[in-house]
Amino acid sequence: MVSAAETIERVRRSRFNWVDMFLNALRVGAVVFIAVGLIGTIIKFAGGEGPSAAAWRDLVVSGLAQGAAYGLIALGYSMVYGVLGFINFAHGEVFMSGAMTSFFMASYFFDTGLWISNFVVALILVILSATVTATIVAVLIERIAYRPLRNAPRLIPLITSIGVSFFLQYSAAFLFGVANKSVPQPPAWLLAKIDLFGLGWLKLEATKVLVIAIAIVSMIALYLFVEKTRTGRSMRAVAEDKEIAALMGINVDRTIVTTFAVGGAMAGIAGSLWALLFRGVSFDTGFLPGIKAFTAAVLGGIGNLAGAMLGGVLLGLFEGVGPLLILDGWGIPGVSQLKDVVAFFALVLVLVFRPTGLLGERLSEDERA
Amino acid sequence: MIKGELNVKKVLRAGLIAGVVMVFVSAIGMVEDFDSRKVIDPFLSLGFLALFWYVPRAGYKVGHEEVLEGMEEHPVSSQQVVAGLSVGVVGGVVISILVVIAHVMDLRDVFIRLSPKLVATLTFSDSVAEPNIILGIVWLIVISAVLGAIGGALHLVSDRLRRQILFAVGAIFVVAMLEDVISQILRTLGLGSANRLIYRAAALRIVPAILVAAAGFFLGGRDRAERSRIARYLADPDPAERRRKSLIVAAITLAVVLIAPWLLGSLLSEILATTAIFLLMGLGLNIVVGFAGLLDLGYVAFFAVGAYTSAILTSPLSPFFAPEWPWWYTLPPVILVGILAGIFVGTPVIRLRGDYLAIVTLGFGEIVRITFLSDAASPWFGGAGGIRNIPGIPLGFDTVSGSDPEYILYFALALVLLAAWVSYALLNSRVGRAWTAMREDESVAEVMGIDTVKAKLSAFVVGAVLASLGGALFSAKLGSIFPTSFELLISIVILVVVIVGGMGNILGVAAGALVLIGVLGGPRQPGLLQEFGEFKLLIYGVILVYMMLQRPEGLIPNVRRSRELHHDEMNQDAWLKAQADTAEEPAT
Amino acid sequence: MKRKRFTTLTGVLLALALVAAACGGGTEPPVAGPLGQVTIPDGEAVQIRSFNAITGDVSFLGIPNQRGVELAIADYGEILGHPISMATGLDDLCSADGGQAGAQTIVSDPQILGVIGTSCSGAAGAAMPLISDAGLVMISGSNTSPALTSDLAGNASTDYNVGYYRTAHNDLYQGRAVAEFAFNELGMRNAGVIHDGDLYTFGLSSAFQAAFEELGGEVSVFTAINKGDTDMTAVLTEVAAGGPDMLFTPTFPPEINFIAQQVRGVAGMEEVTLIGADASLVDNFLEIPEAAGWHHSGPDTRFGANENSITGVNGDAFLTAYQDQYGEPPSAPFWAHSYDAATMLLKAIEESATDVDGTLYVDRQGVRDALNAISLDGIIGPITCDDFGDCGAQLITVIRNDSPNDVEAAKANVVFEFAP
Repeated sequence: MVSAAETIERVRRSRFNWVDMFLNALRVGAVVFIAVGLIGTIIKFAGGEGPSAAAWRDLVVSGLAQGAAYGLIALGYSMVYGVLGFINFAHGEVFMSGAMTSFFMASYFFDTGLWISNFVVALILVILSATVTATIVAVLIERIAYRPLRNAPRLIPLITSIGVSFFLQYSAAFLFGVANKSVPQPPAWLLAKIDLFGLGWLKLEATKVLVIAIAIVSMIALYLFVEKTRTGRSMRAVAEDKEIAALMGINVDRTIVTTFAVGGAMAGIAGSLWALLFRGVSFDTGFLPGIKAFTAAVLGGIGNLAGAMLGGVLLGLFEGVGPLLILDGWGIPGVSQLKDVVAFFALVLVLVFRPTGLLGERLSEDERA
Repeated sequence: MIKGELNVKKVLRAGLIAGVVMVFVSAIGMVEDFDSRKVIDPFLSLGFLALFWYVPRAGYKVGHEEVLEGMEEHPVSSQQVVAGLSVGVVGGVVISILVVIAHVMDLRDVFIRLSPKLVATLTFSDSVAEPNIILGIVWLIVISAVLGAIGGALHLVSDRLRRQILFAVGAIFVVAMLEDVISQILRTLGLGSANRLIYRAAALRIVPAILVAAAGFFLGGRDRAERSRIARYLADPDPAERRRKSLIVAAITLAVVLIAPWLLGSLLSEILATTAIFLLMGLGLNIVVGFAGLLDLGYVAFFAVGAYTSAILTSPLSPFFAPEWPWWYTLPPVILVGILAGIFVGTPVIRLRGDYLAIVTLGFGEIVRITFLSDAASPWFGGAGGIRNIPGIPLGFDTVSGSDPEYILYFALALVLLAAWVSYALLNSRVGRAWTAMREDESVAEVMGIDTVKAKLSAFVVGAVLASLGGALFSAKLGSIFPTSFELLISIVILVVVIVGGMGNILGVAAGALVLIGVLGGPRQPGLLQEFGEFKLLIYGVILVYMMLQRPEGLIPNVRRSRELHHDEMNQDAWLKAQADTAEEPAT
Repeated sequence: MKRKRFTTLTGVLLALALVAAACGGGTEPPVAGPLGQVTIPDGEAVQIRSFNAITGDVSFLGIPNQRGVELAIADYGEILGHPISMATGLDDLCSADGGQAGAQTIVSDPQILGVIGTSCSGAAGAAMPLISDAGLVMISGSNTSPALTSDLAGNASTDYNVGYYRTAHNDLYQGRAVAEFAFNELGMRNAGVIHDGDLYTFGLSSAFQAAFEELGGEVSVFTAINKGDTDMTAVLTEVAAGGPDMLFTPTFPPEINFIAQQVRGVAGMEEVTLIGADASLVDNFLEIPEAAGWHHSGPDTRFGANENSITGVNGDAFLTAYQDQYGEPPSAPFWAHSYDAATMLLKAIEESATDVDGTLYVDRQGVRDALNAISLDGIIGPITCDDFGDCGAQLITVIRNDSPNDVEAAKANVVFEFAP
């Protein structure tokens, strides 16, 4: 007995030959392009031109730090998509609310002196407040804008989330002002380059190390939460199949709220890390990272938490290192401007090579095509 | 609401929401910014309206009950007025708290608009330094209460009267806000001196306001059936007659459209021309998203490609290749480039699922924009400096450029008609049916023998060609194009226009474009209501969320979609009706 | 005898008629010039417009410009007994679309004589063809793009339209100023340049590159970032690979904030001299700790003592009036250029106006002629117009921020002056 899926595959294969040819050409072309670029850069490096080894090391670390932030934001996208099946465009603004809160709290602590006298406590409070704010914002959005649309076709909540995104962004712009806000500088010991492992050549900027560390800790905490606790199991069950989960006695509504809350918390942490790393926040801080984070989630495999984190880190790396690594080898001028081009092409190529993302997607029964 | 009981919780909730709305509007600076624009001279300012608009609605809603078939309807009573009044009071208290806080503390480090000037405005004080807080608070609460009571009292009048009142208020608002349109039309008709009778400092005078309200009142009272006389005129049983009548109506519409730009003046023609270009893109995206169900978030890339192609081929300043062709000659290359772009974007995404498609097309949109912007490609595309000195459209006797918006509007409308015809023709063709099938369920469509590859690609290609043509017109109109004209925001705005207007529906997209682009303005383009321009994107957000929650099928819905989206409610109504019917049957 | 008296009488009458005609006190309206004239009946206002970016992210630039025009009108008073009005300020939306739409508004009103604007050069390029065709004039207090006037060597630029003037400087001068400062004063020989894809920063960066290379320097890396970028490690690494002595980056905040915070952490950039431009001469860059030591080129803002010879108001007096009226200091320095532009325009209108029994007739070509010939002292310095509309004093200064905790002192710390 031939299954429907097999028939579909056979029908597909018989028709789409020239599409496959195009895609194969794209694959080959990409590999050739990357290879030539790499070789060019290696030749340059060997000839003493281009960035030094220390510079490459710094590029990688910066890429990892930014990627860690992308990964944390991507977690929220992935979880919501896994459970409800739509892109939550407003998630970038949840991240922004965390960053904004971090700015306000950090400024307050700076003005009252805690930032200088006891930085660690101040930092912890900043991260906590950002997390709480972002969680509240995420839960509120779900309650007001998404819950009434639980059974609507997928496009509708997507458009609603675009509306919420506009609303939050521009509310922040008008309430708090459009000017860029500068977060106070962390103390000197955090800005310095530290020799982490005692090896002479591995000098990393302490802020970036801290950001990566906090991101790793959060990721592990989330993993433990989702895998080991009951609430986490409920989340996985609801992500798998809402109806059967309900039949098993799980409160689907509450679980969905928890999903949003956890995703929001991750975004809040990312917001505070962003404020610490870049020390600049404004109302549109969330727009571009939101898009990049969703790209990261798709890159790693939507619905898949490990995939989201991996996707984030990889995207940060591609963005930071890619232009100089590959495009510079071709001799293209002004490569740093093409950073986003590299990032989006990476997405296209990953999907062309692996249409379900790097670690595969994890979706509920009714969403699988 | 149970008779005899005042639902305190409901009132409190509604009042709090009303209060929060008032606080929000004040804190974002809308009240202050709009205060200088008067709606009715001299007492009703737009700021005042922005502050209090929600209170009557809250007062109305609190007394409103969703009555489904089979439920007992409760008679209206003074309860609702009292409820409305209480809502107003609660709201007034909330805004008063804001006033006190803003007066006593300086929160401007966080909320930059809570200035002493705002406090003075909210308390109707003359002096900023010494505002009368107590008196102001009393006024705020009293006005809120009255407005809330009015909202509640709307329950006491018949449906028809209610509609008439709303029309009257709406008429005043519309006529007041469209002051520059109306004064321009009057000026063109030679009745310029009438402007001074109707308006004073861009606001309605009192007597004309009353007249306008009366007109609105009268209009609102006319029976629904009466107002669709055109529909009844066209619904002739004889098909030959129907076609003849349709042609007459079409001819009249065409005549009106042709004369309109000259009547409306150059500024309005300019705004309409921009709206028409966005409408053209909306129709193209409608084919991709509405008909074929492919969520394309990078649609602006096709627009950009067409614009740059036309610019490079016509401008003498094009860096690499400057053949300086007349605009007409560039149309075939623009169409060809559109087809190629559609294929290049469409092919890699053929196999991708819905939302992956969205992010990848978004990526392509950004890739195109950054490429045009980049220093690396500036020997061909001009980089940040763009391409300038683009000549207009040569017409033998004259060259049509941005300084002739009336002609540009004609061109834009011609392209829109082309797009509408293409949409209509495709929808009823094999490809259109393939799209519908694909939209419903792709796997089944494939098994049924539909070539989804061809269907998807044709959607992309048609959409791309329409956008490219729009881009070519855009280049000629502006005379200079920069990469900033092709940002991601435009793709999103076009998507919003399509969805809010009514997806899959040509008239709907037109309605969406008129309301969102014509009235509010595009991302970098002014609209009719220039005051709202600053808050444009915030209002977009509110409209979007509201529309999706209340009316997801859009302003002018496609009947089929409407049924799809509301099928839960329709099923429920049908079930309740069936219950009522069986209950009525006499027991045997 | 009689004939002689008759001749004398005729002669006297003729002389009187000539005098009357010369005084313009005749009852005949003057003959209109090639561009037509504007008739302003008794009691009506002379109409000009302000056309700036008053909303959006460059509103910090556009709002002081508009207010400068408002205060100029208040200080000027009346023209031959007629009040002056600018109605509501028009918004150029800092885009070509906005420029074109605003220009449509302007040219559709036949009473308007001139415009002070735009804020953004892209908007001016789209607006000017319409404004020029309608016979009007536009004087900008902020546009600095060389493409709008000339290459300063006698050739009109691609976007030049007759009727365009500006009191702001031409960026070719600013590029030259920075290049001379870097090359001569600081001894820089190898520069890296970063722009952000904005029309203004790109133009200024290119102007700097041309001038620096002409002096004998080398621009080893000319690259760019995108607005919205936060991580600058890659671009700074790219610049470092060229081994520069200095970095010129006329970018806007927040990107320049990120550059400032990250530049010293990139290998090879630890000692590099850092120069920005007037886009970053704003509080929220100048006050961050990492902005210490940065140089900024920009218009000479030492207006304090300069007096506008038409209204008699000097810079300090203006600032006091501004603070009183609007409750805050101006967020950008081009208010001065807009103020001077407005007074210039009003003076030109007054000079080409003829009063006939209380009705004013203003010849449009006359306004242009008056502007071409005008010479005055403005708050920005001496103002005369060249053949292509560059009227400003073209005074550029470079400041060095030695005190992020005292922004006013930082802005006043001039280390280099430039005049053409």
